[in-house]
Amino acid sequence: MGEALRQSRPAHRVPFAYNANHSYLQYPTVRLSDLPKGSPAVVDRVDDAHAGDPIAQRLRDLGFVDGEPVRVVACGPLGADPLLIQIGSTRFALRRSEAARIYVKAEAA
Amino acid sequence: MSAQGLRIALVGNPNCGKTALFNQLTGGRQKVANYAGVTVERKEGRFVAPSGRVLQLLDLPGTYSFDAASPDEQITRDVCEGRYPGEPAPDLIVCVADATNLRLHLRFVLEVKRLGRPVVLALNMMDTARRRGIVIDVPALQRLLGVPVVETIAVRRGGAKALINRVDGDVPVAAPVQADDPASRNDLHAQVRALMAATVIMPRATDAVDDAIDRWALHPVFGLGILAVLMFLIFQAVFSWAQPLMDAIEAGVGTLGTWVTSALPPQSALHSLLNDGIFAGLGAVLVFLPQILILFLFILVLEESGYLPRAAFLLDKLMFKAGLTGRAFIPLLSSFACAIPGIMATRSITDPRDRLTTILVAPLMTCSARLPVYTLLIAAFIPHRTVWGVFNLQGVVLFTLYVAGIVSALAVAFVIKRFRKDKSEHALLMELPSYRLPNVRDVALGLWERAKIFLKRVGGIILALTVILWFLSSFPGPPPGASGPAIDYSLAGRLGHALHYVFAPIGFNWQICIALVPGLAAREVAVSALGTVYAMSGSDDTIANQLGPLIAHQWSLATALSLLAWYVFAPQCMSTLAVIRRETNSWRNVAITAGYLFGLAYLASLLTYQIARALS
Repeated sequence: MGEALRQSRPAHRVPFAYNANHSYLQYPTVRLSDLPKGSPAVVDRVDDAHAGDPIAQRLRDLGFVDGEPVRVVACGPLGADPLLIQIGSTRFALRRSEAARIYVKAEAA
Repeated sequence: MSAQGLRIALVGNPNCGKTALFNQLTGGRQKVANYAGVTVERKEGRFVAPSGRVLQLLDLPGTYSFDAASPDEQITRDVCEGRYPGEPAPDLIVCVADATNLRLHLRFVLEVKRLGRPVVLALNMMDTARRRGIVIDVPALQRLLGVPVVETIAVRRGGAKALINRVDGDVPVAAPVQADDPASRNDLHAQVRALMAATVIMPRATDAVDDAIDRWALHPVFGLGILAVLMFLIFQAVFSWAQPLMDAIEAGVGTLGTWVTSALPPQSALHSLLNDGIFAGLGAVLVFLPQILILFLFILVLEESGYLPRAAFLLDKLMFKAGLTGRAFIPLLSSFACAIPGIMATRSITDPRDRLTTILVAPLMTCSARLPVYTLLIAAFIPHRTVWGVFNLQGVVLFTLYVAGIVSALAVAFVIKRFRKDKSEHALLMELPSYRLPNVRDVALGLWERAKIFLKRVGGIILALTVILWFLSSFPGPPPGASGPAIDYSLAGRLGHALHYVFAPIGFNWQICIALVPGLAAREVAVSALGTVYAMSGSDDTIANQLGPLIAHQWSLATALSLLAWYVFAPQCMSTLAVIRRETNSWRNVAITAGYLFGLAYLASLLTYQIARALS
């Protein structure tokens, strides 16, 4: 599933596209699963892996929505999976395949 | 609605301290059952408000969203909406939110408010919020939300006073019902942001203490080290603390049985029924209690402290590869002591498919009841000698038996994953809550609940089956002048002789087959049953001491190895099957477990026996 997603969309979207607020994106979006540990970012959107994806909907309900600050806090000991994600004041453990549904805008270092 | 018996439902996100608040309000006066047809816990309690009114409290399962993702969340939604059959709609919903995590919890508060029922918001963990310098403008929040807001500290005595006074007063006016559609769902986040901006000042998004602990607890190397040390200590405690208690229970029940039956003629059927049926059954039930309670003491402390999800985080990848989830680790580890608490601990697994797989493979973990059988056979048949310079051959064989259990559990889980019809992705999506000092009252109530569930639901089945087995092993009695052991003439004996045809290909003689029948009660009973068949008497230890040399003389090595292989898999434990019935609410799952375990046991013994014979 994760592989199919990876092929259907490039990991880096074309910059300078309009986002939902009709403002210019200054930074390219990357998947949360590709975000380096510790680097601050902001959620852009959550994509459904398939029609009516319940995991994507749950992620949106948990606060993975446009404009929310997000950070990778830690990685699991095997294959750096799962990821520990800080969003708002909550920490969630997400498997890489779950985090791959979330696109984020990396903030300037 | 009458003022008497106002029905209040407690709802909230997981980790909001809802259950601690429920315990604080109701004390020990709570009833725990299951919702009909599912294994979701239903907790109800009552308390008397200062005005003298009796308030009924229902603790609904923790929920992130009414867009339900699990059976628990469906029940919370249906009860709140008044759609759950047999469950009247609550008169008042108390929505509990963690004051230190309002960005997440307020969204669900808004969802609850849209139901159009009277709602009170309880801002819980206000002590931690103050310690972390979080400032909440409660009057402003109350005004903007349009529902009454009270502050609570569930873990402190008197910490629910404001809530009690509020629910004891007039029922607040309900907000108008709002439609639930995906577009408005996403608006909720915007509303939460606006509320947060207007009413909450947070100096820091996270607790510095949590960050410091997690740097070590989730570290790829140190984190695993800490986990290993913790698990080692728990196992040490379980075995060293439980054994004396188990011995005391067995001795106590035995003495009680002797004392009760002392007035009866020793050869009568009633004497035997009481001693070997009912008291033996009672002993078989009670003897599990120390291990269950000690294991659950640790599991509850780990759960309350917030460490359990961290352990799941560290091991998720490994478990996931085998078709399980990180959350299955603690239940499976507990199963090394005894599958019963292990299976009961699977309640912490949210995905029903992951939970069922874990339950199905838990009996493959080598429980402590297999040890008497293993030690008897290993001592009798495996020579005490050193191999490869350092290892004791007997120890190597015992280790191999443990590894065989683990490997087959992983293999079975993998096969279940391959053949499952529902291939949709299992989510981990697990919140790692803040670390907390476990509350003594909450742990004690949790332990009391587990003990009650085990004694009431599982104990009854075990007791009934023990009595049935006693009947099978005692009737009909031997004819006058018979010379063989009494069990040989009973139904169990005949069954054993009949089973011999089935078990001959795997090398079991008729004595073993007969011992397997009462051995169904519990694995270690097979040892004393073998003693009975070989007409010995005395305690288990003396039987084992006499039995070892005898079977070493009478059985072939192939037979002994085959019986060892049998015990790695065979579901020779009715208590485990009874707890699977209770936890999955399905005889079908019991049949599947028993069926596949018998199949594997037969296959493993067949291979072992035939290969060992061919080699010797």
